[in-house]
Amino acid sequence: MADVLGRWRLERLPSPSRLGAVLVPAASILLALVAGGLIVALAGQNPLAVYGAMLAGALGSRNGLAETLVKTTPLLLTGLGVAVAFRMRLWNIGGEGQFYLGAIVATWIALFGLPDAGGWALVPAMIAAGLLGGALWGLIPGALRAYLGANETIVTLMLNYVAILLADWLVHGPWKDPQAFGFPGTPRFSSAAALPALAPTRVHLGLLFGVTAAAVLWVLFRRTRWGYEIGVMGESDRAARYAGMPTRRTILLVMALSGALCGLAGMSEVAGIGQQLQRNLSPGYGYTAIIVAWVGRLHPGGIVVVAFVLAALLVGGDQIQMSMGLPAAIAPMLQGIVLFFLLGGELLTRYRLVRHPAPSDAAATGAGT
Amino acid sequence: MRSVSKHFGPTVANDAVDFAASWGEVHALIGENGAGKSTLMSILAGLYRPDAGTLGVAGEPVRFRSPRDAIRHGVGMVYQHFMLVEPFTVAENVLLGARDRGVVLDTRSVEADLSRLGERYGLAVDPRAPVWHLGVGERQRVEVLRLLLLGARILVFDEPTAVLTPQEARSLIATLRALAAEGFCVVFISHKLDEVLAVADRITVMRRGRVAATTTPAETDRRALARMMVGRELAAFVEHPAEEPHETVPAGNVALRVRGLRARGDNGLEALAGVDLEVRAGETLGIAGVAGNGQRELAETIVGLRPTAGGSVHIGGRDLTDKGCSAVARTGVAHIPEDRLATGLVGSLDVSENAILRDYRRPPLARGPFLVGRAVAAFTDRLIHGHDVKTPSRWAKVRTLSGGNQQKLLLARELAGDPAVIVAVHPTRGVDIGATEAIHGSLRAQRCRGAATLLIGEDLDELLALCDRIAVLYEGRVVGELPARGADLERLGLLMAGIQEATASGATAADRPPVVLRG
Repeated sequence: MADVLGRWRLERLPSPSRLGAVLVPAASILLALVAGGLIVALAGQNPLAVYGAMLAGALGSRNGLAETLVKTTPLLLTGLGVAVAFRMRLWNIGGEGQFYLGAIVATWIALFGLPDAGGWALVPAMIAAGLLGGALWGLIPGALRAYLGANETIVTLMLNYVAILLADWLVHGPWKDPQAFGFPGTPRFSSAAALPALAPTRVHLGLLFGVTAAAVLWVLFRRTRWGYEIGVMGESDRAARYAGMPTRRTILLVMALSGALCGLAGMSEVAGIGQQLQRNLSPGYGYTAIIVAWVGRLHPGGIVVVAFVLAALLVGGDQIQMSMGLPAAIAPMLQGIVLFFLLGGELLTRYRLVRHPAPSDAAATGAGT
Repeated sequence: MRSVSKHFGPTVANDAVDFAASWGEVHALIGENGAGKSTLMSILAGLYRPDAGTLGVAGEPVRFRSPRDAIRHGVGMVYQHFMLVEPFTVAENVLLGARDRGVVLDTRSVEADLSRLGERYGLAVDPRAPVWHLGVGERQRVEVLRLLLLGARILVFDEPTAVLTPQEARSLIATLRALAAEGFCVVFISHKLDEVLAVADRITVMRRGRVAATTTPAETDRRALARMMVGRELAAFVEHPAEEPHETVPAGNVALRVRGLRARGDNGLEALAGVDLEVRAGETLGIAGVAGNGQRELAETIVGLRPTAGGSVHIGGRDLTDKGCSAVARTGVAHIPEDRLATGLVGSLDVSENAILRDYRRPPLARGPFLVGRAVAAFTDRLIHGHDVKTPSRWAKVRTLSGGNQQKLLLARELAGDPAVIVAVHPTRGVDIGATEAIHGSLRAQRCRGAATLLIGEDLDELLALCDRIAVLYEGRVVGELPARGADLERLGLLMAGIQEATASGATAADRPPVVLRG
């Protein structure tokens, strides 16, 4: 058995083919739908009806579409945020923590910093606070990496727990709303602190932040010296030194920018949706962001598309759970299958399976690996 | 090993090589860089598969698919770069290779085995010490012990003493003799002629992918070995009268001056021990020497990639010691690094992104914080056409270009600003003949233009064809310098082997190392 597998190897393609870059994800999604359909059928439902209901739920009505855009907002901002760091091969998996820090600092401004300010002053102040909070949470692992060589993957991951528990403590303790009958959460912000809605739906200004950020990042990556430096440093440390690029400073700036975008996502969630800081503010946006960034190939345009598709999957999943009485596990399972196939397909755009010649007689004595 | 051949692309590393070593002997394999020694031994150890030829161990034909396969047949190799997991202990590292020891990690029995073997062969090392605590010499012992424990009877060492202190080298040599005395077959690759003569029972000399000779220490001496390693038909030079560079350009002012330069290598040991050099405008100084004698460190220190540990670097009269890579580049220094795809180019980026690596900060490529797309494209096209770089487009990933075209692109970029000083390290390594000629042409044109070139090479023909003077680097020092025109090859060979003029004429017993350990 080991010998049979041993004859096949993954070999890196010299350059990913352009056609494959389009066809492979499309085929992946199709295969995922087939595989998911099988399981839905096993659960006793008509797969086509379920998919139809998901599609209708997420995109087929004004409210469904609005809900999808509401979910797109944090996924887009955090996805762009971590993508900035990933471009430089800095593994910021602390999007979740940076999201919470942005939300916490923005909440502080709204409740205690400038509680009586009008909207024109308060909203920009909260935006700045969200950016700063996230940036700070990104700078800590950035500085540890730049000056001490600490592994940013571990530090960003651990800071997630610190930020989440900090938010937990605040909403259970010092910032708890005394009129909420023990329900954990801060008091409501003043109406001046609410992000304006786009059209009479729950969609809020945060979506515009996301789209703007994507456009700015596109220019940054494509058209600026700094974006170029990030690309070179991400690919080759030695080449960056050879070209005299300031590696440390760039690590700090990139981690700050990465965190700031995630912080902005947290700020726009508290200011745009609940107008309060509550427990479980994020169902893991900062982690899903990692998938958004990768499936979007770290390209701002790709990230916009993927954030939207993933949000639609989330909303559609909620819909069929409610309307078709499917087990609660079906929706996240479908999402999981789609991601699984997308990421698996990704491998095939960069590698190919190659069959090696039959092993020699020498290998017959033991397992060939 | 019978008529073993191995090609890497167009390069022939081994050409129908026959090689045999016997049980109970220490067999030295020597030759210049690129002579094919390491390739041959990597084939023996199962790392590479030969394109042609057969291998036999103990009279039995074998075909290795992997180093694991080779070990099963009793062949193990100690590489220059150790394959150890640093946080693991010695015993754990040994267990890593021993899959058939079962699922449960029985470190205690391994520890006992290690202590026993260590005592027997003079390879003492604490089995419970984590590897990162160990020095280079001890790590090497771990590698040897691992192979012994895995049942290797044929042990191959790739330049084992290159990384060791003299004391450690002496102890290793004693171990090699002890192993041979017990019937093991020991093969070691070396550049150090004295060491080879002191330790080996037989010596095989390789040159240009073939075996030049097999001899014994009794039948030969350093001089003869050096001649066999370097020696080549002088006719080869007469065939290229067009390559005669030693014409007319009057040497200008000193453009590069290096004084008492010291630096440490990546392993922390002193790699440059006080180098003095001067290169004038319009002059090419070649640096010859066996790899690992400080060439890389010399180039990196001059261009500001590696900190100095003493001495100074002046370029065009300005002190640029430790001023950093971009300051040096701004002064007009081109650098063609030895590992083009790791340092000079970024394989996963495209041609134009690589083309602007040096100049992306300056107009016309940059305007404020922005890059000017049109200027970048024009600049890239200029480099591509100026140096005949063959690429499908400006957007092709550099990794997909051939080695020759990568190097032409690198050269085009580095020479674009008409540099005053060029530091070129192995500029034609791994490059086909056409590209080699183009690169030589560019370097000659630069010399005529008045650039001062420091050319670090491993191919003596190349150095002789391109340089005005050749300095030989040995153990971090310049041990001799001679004009390239009419250079005495034998003297060059001896200098590269670290034998200076005073002793070159008569190799006496006195200048052999005091490590003649027999049996």
